Amino acid sequence: MLTLQKRKSKPKYKNFQSRDVVRFFKVKRHLRSKLHTTWMVIGLIVVILLPFILGVGLYIKSLLLLEDQSLFNLLFSSDWRPLAGKFGFLTFIISSVWVTIIALLIAGPICLLTAIHLTQYAKNWVLKVVHPVIDILAGIPSVIFGVWGILIIVPFISDYIAPFLGKQSSGYSILAGSIVLAVMIIPFILNILIEVFRTLPDELKESSLSLGATKWQTIKFVLVKKAFPGIISAFGLGVSRAFGETIAVLMVVGNVTTIPKGLFQPGYPLPALIANNYGEMLSIPLYDSALMLAALVLFVVVMLFNLGSRIAISRLEEKG
Amino acid sequence: MRRFRHTEEKLFRVLMFLSTNIIVISLGIIIFSILYKGLPSLTWEMVSQTPKGGFYFGKEGGILNAIIGSLYLAVASTVLALLIGLPVALMMNVHLIKYTKLVNGIRFLLDLLWGVPSIVYGAFGFTVMIYFGLKTSLLAGIITVTLFIIPIMVRAMDEVLKTIPRGLMETAMSLGSTSSEISYRVYLKQVIPGLVTAVLLSFGRAIGDAASVLFTTGYTDHIPTALGQPTATLPLAIFFQLSSPIPEVQNRAYASALVLTIIILATSILSRYFSKKYQKNRIKQ
Repeated sequence: MLTLQKRKSKPKYKNFQSRDVVRFFKVKRHLRSKLHTTWMVIGLIVVILLPFILGVGLYIKSLLLLEDQSLFNLLFSSDWRPLAGKFGFLTFIISSVWVTIIALLIAGPICLLTAIHLTQYAKNWVLKVVHPVIDILAGIPSVIFGVWGILIIVPFISDYIAPFLGKQSSGYSILAGSIVLAVMIIPFILNILIEVFRTLPDELKESSLSLGATKWQTIKFVLVKKAFPGIISAFGLGVSRAFGETIAVLMVVGNVTTIPKGLFQPGYPLPALIANNYGEMLSIPLYDSALMLAALVLFVVVMLFNLGSRIAISRLEEKG
Repeated sequence: MRRFRHTEEKLFRVLMFLSTNIIVISLGIIIFSILYKGLPSLTWEMVSQTPKGGFYFGKEGGILNAIIGSLYLAVASTVLALLIGLPVALMMNVHLIKYTKLVNGIRFLLDLLWGVPSIVYGAFGFTVMIYFGLKTSLLAGIITVTLFIIPIMVRAMDEVLKTIPRGLMETAMSLGSTSSEISYRVYLKQVIPGLVTAVLLSFGRAIGDAASVLFTTGYTDHIPTALGQPTATLPLAIFFQLSSPIPEVQNRAYASALVLTIIILATSILSRYFSKKYQKNRIKQ
């Protein structure tokens, strides 16, 4: 009797059974799972499409200029007079190449030596000091590097290095840009190099040592040789990072629209060109299109360097 | 010959030692020079007031607008990137775990995206902004910076998720979990330390990047109150003040640089602290 009365008071749950509970939660769980999965797929599609959207977006914007003048003329002419509709990028490309190569020449050997030191010789406490240093250096914003360049590097070049070599320089020069860039790409290259040296199998080292080679010979003839593709790719990634770096270089490189003829002369790399002229680009016809083309050139060059280096690295990882 | 062999090794060991020191010392010089130049001009007024009239001629005011603007921008874009990035990273390691080639392809793509210079994102963001008829605003900046940090965040999370032993997923699956439950209830708990590090890394990138916001957020002396308003950011504040010929303004640039450095260092230290503290829930291989 008692149970019947209870049922009457709650007619809603007349046929209430425990398996309904299970079903309800099962449906809810699976629904939730589906919702999550859908959101994940949407995110994934965004991420996958992003590089293509970037490329296509910039291409569409630069199409205006490309219809007007041929790409070859634009890239290999040094005639930069936006008001007259002349957009020759050669000056900026040469500056970019200079700055990048010299930065790599400075950073490359330092990184390679440090990577060998850290992976082969260094004691534990050295690693404990150097790893945070690399991390912090990698995290410092580029504008801080720029400030540092203006505070230390620029005066150092104009007061010491240039007079020492018998030249005159304001300090705002290709060399200043390269040094700042070199310090910026060091943590980046170094991290990859350490990774590369760590993936080398220990057997290589052991067998070389057991054949009577000294540690240094082992490093020089076995490890570095084996890691060579990895080293080149690490440098390639460093180049792509250096090529696109904007604010820090812009602050110390001088920004003069002439083809630089020496280390102590000012230059005007591509990213600096884009960053410096964003304000006025809408007031001059085709100017915005030209700057977008510059961004597209940057994008393509960086992508190519990245692509080559990443492929080489992944091949190396498969082998190791 | 033998003697030469050892001299060569010794020479290179000295060089190696030197180059390691160069790296440590250059960080030291950077931080020291920013401290040395920035500390004297860093006053409470600097960080607690917005620019007043004549600020850019060396008169009263501070850079509160840039600090708040940068924080708005970085926090908002980090949250947005987390909303998109976390599911993607989880999906790559849970749902798609069988499709190794696809996942490796996605990783490759993300690595490529990581390498794209921020000025390219800036230029692209600007194009999109013009296309939709937006003006330079906080919103445009947030979208651009989000796109810029998504690859960094996903890749950083993915690196941590990769290390989770696969047996954990098999166990969870055999108990009847759906794949999203595995993602959010099992895997997520495992990667909390790495996750925090990834988020803080992206936050650091977002707050420190100047080239991507140069086009899109504009610059103003006011603290933004809506998404559609232009916003000042710290890196640009440093950049603009430093290009002024007036020494007082330049000194303020150094002080602003110090503020930014402190924020970045604090993020870095926080992420180290978190990654150590939450290590205990972790199942190791």
